[in-house]
Amino acid sequence: MVEVKNFVQGETGEWEVIIGLEVHAQVASQSKLFSGASAKFGGEPNSQVSLVDAGMPGMLPVINQYCVEQAVRTGLALGAEINLVSIFDRKNYFYPDLPQGYQISQYSDPIVGRGDLLVEVDSGYTRKIGITRLHLEQDAGKSMHDQHPNKTFVDLNRSGIALMEIVTEPDLRSAEEAGAFMAKLRAILRYVGTCDGNMEEGSMRCDANVSVRRPGEPYGTRCEIKNLNSIRFLMRAIDYESGRQVRLIEAGGSIDQETRLFNPDLGETKSMRSKEDSHDYRYFPDPDLLPLRLDSDWVAGLRERLPELPDAKAERFVKHYELTEYDAGVLTSETERATYFEEVAKGRDSKQVANWVIGELLGRLNREGISIERSKVGAAGFGKLLDLISQGVVSNSLAKKVLDEMFSTGEEAAVIVERKGFSQVSDEKQIEKYVQKVLDENLEKVEEFKNGKDKLLGFFVGQVMKLTGGKANPQMVNKILRDLLSK
Amino acid sequence: MDLDKETVASVAKLCRIEIQEQDLTPMAQELSNILSWIEQLREVDVSSCEPLSSVVEAELKMRDDTVMDGDLAEDVVGNAPDSTNNYFLVPKVIE
Repeated sequence: MVEVKNFVQGETGEWEVIIGLEVHAQVASQSKLFSGASAKFGGEPNSQVSLVDAGMPGMLPVINQYCVEQAVRTGLALGAEINLVSIFDRKNYFYPDLPQGYQISQYSDPIVGRGDLLVEVDSGYTRKIGITRLHLEQDAGKSMHDQHPNKTFVDLNRSGIALMEIVTEPDLRSAEEAGAFMAKLRAILRYVGTCDGNMEEGSMRCDANVSVRRPGEPYGTRCEIKNLNSIRFLMRAIDYESGRQVRLIEAGGSIDQETRLFNPDLGETKSMRSKEDSHDYRYFPDPDLLPLRLDSDWVAGLRERLPELPDAKAERFVKHYELTEYDAGVLTSETERATYFEEVAKGRDSKQVANWVIGELLGRLNREGISIERSKVGAAGFGKLLDLISQGVVSNSLAKKVLDEMFSTGEEAAVIVERKGFSQVSDEKQIEKYVQKVLDENLEKVEEFKNGKDKLLGFFVGQVMKLTGGKANPQMVNKILRDLLSK
Repeated sequence: MDLDKETVASVAKLCRIEIQEQDLTPMAQELSNILSWIEQLREVDVSSCEPLSSVVEAELKMRDDTVMDGDLAEDVVGNAPDSTNNYFLVPKVIE
């Protein structure tokens, strides 16, 4: 691995930006971490709340086994230590969307310990980012401050939903690295299916701890930017915050350790809480819950049944399908993409399939903002279109028009080719007629060609294609042209 | 361990307990007494013991991931002093 220096230039010299992330990923479960209420997004207010979630007296939490399993599987996918004994603690604070008066979390003994994640950064290098820990905790409810001039509305549907908090070491050195880390983590969570990774719906969000220092010096004072709900916002917030800290220190000021909020409209971070109010959470083991003990054979079984992960899959794509590392990376960044590619590539030219999936299909999907699993062009239908190309029924360029049509209507390629009359003309006699016509109309150029102006071949091919509306089989046109011109 | 007035005031604030100025000194005295009494436990050597997080010799029971609760929004907000459309209404809080 190359040591990449990512320094930012200030007025008085270079600065190094130090970033650590705390990612909250919602476990993709049906019900909540400690209650049987639904964990689905977007229900009617307070309709997915049990009396446990509402913090009613006498209610006791009972842990959801599936959530425990997903936390362990995520830990395994991050190559992390699994702690066979972990403990649930109460994190105490008062807020209207936290009816218990405490959040059940894990403090001293989390379910998952140290791990690593290899992150490929767009600028073309790879960095290993340390995972400090992963623990299970409850989400809080939702407060809405904009519904009424002097009231806050509280909906507890989210209250008690299982979250995995994933904490990194302060190993990240730029907004780009932080963005790449989030994208990679999201891909892994989606591969193992433990979190849907939907950032718009809040299933994945993060807090960023940002500080700056002179290269080689000890860490500076950090600020925590809360609740970043998109990779783009995360990157913008880091860029703004590191710039703010450098300017402040260079102007002779000092950084206060504080919590800040990012305002996407202004592109700025703003102080959120003052120091005197700083929280003392008074953690202690939750007396309602026993220590969580895992069986090592059970953990081993989960490890064995883990699906193939993005890095391993990309490596296999390079070897087995002879793709470039870049193409393999694009195709394996999402599990649905990889599955789609493999289905189409079955029995076909894998490089052609990769080109068409990446260049044509993904391009169209991105433009329309559709995910591959929602595409009207399924893997089977896409494969049939490629077959039409390789059988010489339709030319490459017309096939792109067919794909446009398939993309909007979902019709079969063969039906569109038939209806639009896109079938390639591969009849030798017929093509010969077109070629002869072109040659007859361009006698001067034919003469020039015969005198050695080879480049004109392309001109003749172009004329024939124009005459046939792009439907003549280009290989045959080439061959027949050469034959006739050499006479 | 001796607690001062300021510590008592800040603990009271964290716990959202209202406490009058004249009660701070006696409260600090009482809490200091309780803490010194508990501090006697420090005399016991526990260096060879695992930290104890539960006194019950039992396994943590787990449940399956099925939805079997909820759908009682009216009951949930039933005791709330103020609510609308099954939302709790509280005085505006913005940190």
